[in-house]
Amino acid sequence: MSASVSAASVRISIAYQNWHRFSRNPTALIGAAIVTIVVLAALLAPWIAPHPDHVGAIVNFRVRHQPPSAQYWFGTDNVGRDIFSRVLFGYRISLLLAAVVLGFAVPVGATLGLLAGYFGGWMEILIMRLTDVALAIPPLVMALAVTAVLTPNLLHAMFAIAALWWTWHTRLIFSITRTLRHQEFVEAARTLGASRFHILFRELLPNCASAILVKVSLDFGFVILIGAALSYLGLGVQPPTPDLGTMVANGADFLPDRWWESLLPGAAILFVALGFNLLGDGLRDLYDVESVR
Amino acid sequence: MTGEPLLSVRGLSVDFSTYGRRSQVLRDVSLDVPAHRHVALVGESGCGKSVTMRTIMGILPTPPARIVCGQILFDGRDLLAMRPRERERLRGTAMSMVFQDPMTSLNPVFTIGDQMATILKYADRRLGRVRGRRGRMARIFEVLGQVRMPDPERIARSYPIMLSGGMRQRVLIAMALLSEPRLLIADEPGTALDVTTQAQILKLLKDLVEDRGLALLMITHNLGVVREAADYVYVMYAGSVVEHAPTADLFARPSHPYTHALIDCVPKLSGDTAFRGIDGSLPDYTAPPAGCRFSPRCVLATALCDRPPSDRPVSEGHLAACWHLAEAAP
Amino acid sequence: MSAPLIEIIGLSKAFPLRGGLFGGIRGDVKAVSDVSFSLAKGDVFGLAGESGSGKSTIARMIMGLTHPSAGAILLDGLDLTGLPLALARSKAVQMVFQNPGSSLNPRRSIGQSIAVPLEARKIARADVERGVARLLDMVQLPADFSTRYPHELSGGQKQRIAIARALAVEPQLIILDEPTSALDVSVQAKIIELLNELRRSLGLTYIFISHDLSLMRNFASRVGVLYLGRLVEEGPTRKLFEAPAHPYTRSLLAAVPVISAEEEAIKPKAPIVEGEIPSPMNQPPGCAFHTRCPLAFGLCDQQNPEAYWLDGDHFARCHLLAPDAASLGAKPIETLKRENAG
Repeated sequence: MSASVSAASVRISIAYQNWHRFSRNPTALIGAAIVTIVVLAALLAPWIAPHPDHVGAIVNFRVRHQPPSAQYWFGTDNVGRDIFSRVLFGYRISLLLAAVVLGFAVPVGATLGLLAGYFGGWMEILIMRLTDVALAIPPLVMALAVTAVLTPNLLHAMFAIAALWWTWHTRLIFSITRTLRHQEFVEAARTLGASRFHILFRELLPNCASAILVKVSLDFGFVILIGAALSYLGLGVQPPTPDLGTMVANGADFLPDRWWESLLPGAAILFVALGFNLLGDGLRDLYDVESVR
Repeated sequence: MTGEPLLSVRGLSVDFSTYGRRSQVLRDVSLDVPAHRHVALVGESGCGKSVTMRTIMGILPTPPARIVCGQILFDGRDLLAMRPRERERLRGTAMSMVFQDPMTSLNPVFTIGDQMATILKYADRRLGRVRGRRGRMARIFEVLGQVRMPDPERIARSYPIMLSGGMRQRVLIAMALLSEPRLLIADEPGTALDVTTQAQILKLLKDLVEDRGLALLMITHNLGVVREAADYVYVMYAGSVVEHAPTADLFARPSHPYTHALIDCVPKLSGDTAFRGIDGSLPDYTAPPAGCRFSPRCVLATALCDRPPSDRPVSEGHLAACWHLAEAAP
Repeated sequence: MSAPLIEIIGLSKAFPLRGGLFGGIRGDVKAVSDVSFSLAKGDVFGLAGESGSGKSTIARMIMGLTHPSAGAILLDGLDLTGLPLALARSKAVQMVFQNPGSSLNPRRSIGQSIAVPLEARKIARADVERGVARLLDMVQLPADFSTRYPHELSGGQKQRIAIARALAVEPQLIILDEPTSALDVSVQAKIIELLNELRRSLGLTYIFISHDLSLMRNFASRVGVLYLGRLVEEGPTRKLFEAPAHPYTRSLLAAVPVISAEEEAIKPKAPIVEGEIPSPMNQPPGCAFHTRCPLAFGLCDQQNPEAYWLDGDHFARCHLLAPDAASLGAKPIETLKRENAG
């Protein structure tokens, strides 16, 4: 049509605007860098680890309790395995744990939150009261209980954490959906004959996406910490699979003289948790989502 | 207009930087607001009227904005050359502002009296004036009376939620009057309200100008409101004043093609409106036309319009910035 | 007049007023009371009124977004009130909302938004794309707009998209809820022009909701004036604007800011009405307008006036129009008529 359509201003894409703001936020950049390093390290562990064979149940008493050196960057543990290599492989377990837990918690939590927020009424009462009950149980206690009843292993630990984690997402999505459900674009979709499925997942869910992204980023750090705590208590990943929590626990016996055996895997946990938290905070500033934690 | 105007904006230009690109938002804006006069600055969204208002009030965020050149003379002194503290003293005392939205400009958790007392306390402090609580309340009741609120004591005890939209708009005007300003800047007064209430508010502003000798600068997009209330009008388009005239003169003889087209777009109560609209849209401020900014949409545009037009007289006190004045005038 | 396309009969809506410790129903808020009107195919019916007059509630009831407490909405003789917000209704009646910004989902592209009703009808993907392009063309936008997002568009363009989306279901009736009040006048003129064109070419019927009486004068063929949920005056636009009979209509018209002396001359010479529209929660007894009416007399706070027909197609609800009003203490109706003429 005529000139009224050839919009005056040059289009600046949302992606460019976001990148512009993101790249000027040092917190977010540091967080993104840490997360990238950790994820790459975990993915490439078999190829970049100096001693990939040290992952399993091998014993190498000749070099046990070696302090950090050029050959063993983080030193060696009480059976002579390279701690740095085991940390890299430990990241794989940590990230897998968090990904599986959130892979369950986010879809379930978001769906329940959408249902409660959009329909209200008895649906809201049922879902939100259930959420309240679940929120009252600390995840660590739940995990202790589950792994105590069943056998302690990675799968059960994931199950225990995931069984409670969805509640946070339900609450988040519920609060966003409740404010969105009377927006005109939702009513417009209703009047156009759109199905309920369409309104929930095509109209409402995309508007929750940035909040979910921020939440997931922050959650990654927390879930990794909880996983490490369970392993530390011996309820998570079982030896000889390399796990950061287990390594901290084993190394603790030799503190303070052989500090590297416990402190360096601990620092690795701190590093990854910090990375995800910084990234999450940065994304929160970027999207200006206040409702997340 | 006679005498030295209380507020005089001279050749004001303002740029904005966003995402590394520079927008030339205001170009050479000049306007005068004398005491005892109700002056309107009218234009459509994006024309720069709010930026002008914010620059005058000194609430323009810099950066992203940058004042390129110009003067804002208040009582003969340049606000832009003043030290920040000195300017701070004027804001909310000698000049104050009536905010647009009567629903969101009041804090819902404090009573009207509390909010007004806080404003008055700060204004007094800036002026180095001492006034006790009782003195403050007396002043608050006085201004609530000036905006014709029945029962000021009850209003002062009320929370915003308890008042209607029209009453809240009156409260906002009363707040602006607390420190006995000489210049009042009103941002779209009454446009959020129903027509009957809007008419009451416009009448009130008119009386304040006449009875109290205030200089009033009103920012609005509504030409009807301008004709109803203002004495003198500045029409803005794309960051420049394109025409200014005494109100009656402007509506009798709109001379800039933009003013002309704009007046044509307003639906007439008599019912014979041709809805033609104005083709095209506002220019891109990062690369505006070198000459007349309206020329890409103007039916009269020629090669002449590639050079910036200057104000040319239409009649006494009525000027328009257009190269084709003779053809544009009806 | 041919058989009406839509007939609204005695439409009322009362919202329950809850309160107290257990949230019990304490009373109700009458948002709309006994509103009736009808319009023929091709008509534009204007619903005028200030905020809180119930005009949006009427729109929402016709759309099926709210259920009426009483009354019927007949579309081609079929009562819509019993039906849920189903496909049956969404095909016949559509709505364009006031705020073009919030009526489009910010996270969905223009094409996705327009395609909603097409997809709801399970049309093949290629046909959906063609349909979107055709609809964009109808509202005079290029087809490549389908890949853009609402934030990239101006207000006027967004409102064109909202109109295209409403047209997608091929409706008979479109409710326009203040479609231009968020837009600049130069853009408003373009949108009104488009709506007029579409009405002519597609044979559409509009219910046009607005507080802008000047705009209504130029767009609607009939106008109904609402005050606190009641239709106080209704008639052909020309008659209602040139000879307004209800004191409220007169004071509304008197308050409209105009831009020329000719318009000034048409406006009724009524003083600025005092106060504001009362809250629907505590409606005055009798005629709802009597608290602000300059001509109110004894009867006005006693009973609700019935509709007095001034003409075959123009009525007003005001006791002043009763044949025996003078004997009850009212200013004679002739005064009113003379004022109208002057």
